[in-house]
Amino acid sequence: MTNTTGAKIRDKQGNTWLYSDTVKDHFFNPRNILFAGEEDKYDADAMGRVGSPACGDEMVLWLKIDPKTEKIADCKWQTFGCGSAIASTSMLSVMLSENGGMTIEDALKLKPQDIMERLGGLPNRKIHCSVLGDKALQAAVNDWYRKTGQHDKIITKGAKIIDDKLNITDHDIEEAVLEGAKTLEDVQKKLKVGVATPEAIPEIEQLIRFYSEKYYGAE
Amino acid sequence: MSFPKKPENKRTVYFDHAATTYVDDVVLEEMQPYFSDIYANPSGLYAIGREVNGALEDARRRIAQILHTLPDTIFFTGGGTESDNMAILGVVRKHEKNGKHIITTKIEHHAVLYPCEYLEKHGFEVTYLTPDEQGFVTPKQVKEALRADTILVSVMYANNEIGTVEPLADIGRELLKWRKENNTKYPYFHTDACQAAGAFDLDVEKLHVDLMTINASKLYGPKGVGILYKHRNVSIEPIIFGGGQERGLRSGTENVPGIVGFAKALEMAQENNEVENKRLTELRNYFWERLDKEIPKMRLNGPALDKEDLRLPNNLNVSVLDIEGEALLLYLDEYGIVCSTGSACTSESLDPSHVLLACGLPYEYAHGSLRFTLGKRTTKEDIDYSMKYLPGIVDILRKISPVNLQEDAKKNTHPQYLQ
Repeated sequence: MTNTTGAKIRDKQGNTWLYSDTVKDHFFNPRNILFAGEEDKYDADAMGRVGSPACGDEMVLWLKIDPKTEKIADCKWQTFGCGSAIASTSMLSVMLSENGGMTIEDALKLKPQDIMERLGGLPNRKIHCSVLGDKALQAAVNDWYRKTGQHDKIITKGAKIIDDKLNITDHDIEEAVLEGAKTLEDVQKKLKVGVATPEAIPEIEQLIRFYSEKYYGAE
Repeated sequence: MSFPKKPENKRTVYFDHAATTYVDDVVLEEMQPYFSDIYANPSGLYAIGREVNGALEDARRRIAQILHTLPDTIFFTGGGTESDNMAILGVVRKHEKNGKHIITTKIEHHAVLYPCEYLEKHGFEVTYLTPDEQGFVTPKQVKEALRADTILVSVMYANNEIGTVEPLADIGRELLKWRKENNTKYPYFHTDACQAAGAFDLDVEKLHVDLMTINASKLYGPKGVGILYKHRNVSIEPIIFGGGQERGLRSGTENVPGIVGFAKALEMAQENNEVENKRLTELRNYFWERLDKEIPKMRLNGPALDKEDLRLPNNLNVSVLDIEGEALLLYLDEYGIVCSTGSACTSESLDPSHVLLACGLPYEYAHGSLRFTLGKRTTKEDIDYSMKYLPGIVDILRKISPVNLQEDAKKNTHPQYLQ
């Protein structure tokens, strides 16, 4: 994982600001927000919602798309999440809509790392806070494809790689949970996921909790 | 976007006294000579060493007096975490041949929980009692968990996150009864009293505890100094080896300035605790009344505020629905308002506060929790200043949040996720 410039890990008391200036700027001056209650006025062409407050992050992304060029003419968002999550969403919205807007095709190629680079890096343990953006985008684009009858282009299997050493995706973890795994240890028994990539463990744990809750209900 | 206008005269309003306090001027003054003037090794046999040793023993005697015990039951350590580790690992190493079961609670500080988890990996069994939704465990729960091989029970005096004051004396009596009935000296009873030490009675005879942890840095004393009280009849093994200080149980030259400061700080806190508890309770309740009235969808976590002996007087823990705690904390910091959160984003794992979860708070509420802990310098003006900005910040963060939770947890539909 990259941890480029500026950002350092916050101390446990949270008394020192150690994010990069760009993160701070986007956190305190988030761009392209659609205020709660004004959603209907915006008249979006597509919408994607991901995450849940139980996981600590939830995000909604609205797109206005030029049907001829399939460029993102404008985009708005709302986020429930920490400083990194808010800053990452804000930066994503800028990247999608700047310079006349990205084409959908290019937008789908964006990776969390691209957002992080533009933010001047995030502390390693905050990286998971920035991974929802590309999922929200995928969901919104799927919504667009559905509305415009391009069903063949819909990608419902996000298949996000969680452990790049073993090529394990979120769907593998979903499967493991469906097969009865309840804890990280259970999942590791099945998949060995995160053994070689301990930095992936927070995200794995989040997925385990999410899928457990999705399929078996809240504790 | 309109966040509240930044204050012209930004002040720092410190609401994190449960994390640590500043050092009181009087305490600092008391410590001052022991850095550069009266600095000799207290174990030294020469006159200036004996002088330092005198100060050390004087501090021990004064602390013992407050605990209603004898000086030789007080052991100085490097802080609360070390004392907790020393109590648990010390008892276990000495007595494991007589039993490998420990009882504690799910809401202990990690300085207790992690040694227990470590021991679980080394052949011990640990029962973690689940508190009720306000954080209380009962003597009955402890009793029901007792086994013939239980060698230690560790229950905190007051919880650091939600302020719950546990019924130590009642639990202690239950344990005495068990020991008598079963004709055994086990289990020993340890308590982490770090949060309670400034506010409540520390009489170890009344509390019926065998081991008690206190540290100075939450009492307006210095950081890096704590004590472990150990009943004379309880033997433990050391966890730190070396020069044999503290009667062989805690090697290392004593932190004399810190210890002198600790004694002074503890005396001052205990002398004035009735008046100060009342003042803090009133301020804290005023804060909550304003929060509850001026910000919609606020939830109080922990015990009710009207039961004075059941909650730390300086503790306020709330969940601000629809907002993630770290984001709110960082915004408040911009206005000089300092507090802490049980949100996952400030923890090492992705889980929010283990205390709030153990009390049955749903994840989505725990992620939006804030803890305000008041202190000696906190005034009504500090709260009024905070309330000038808090509602506006909450309002904006709610406007950028897609979440709209119900105050009644049962009414929340199940969250969706990207497929």
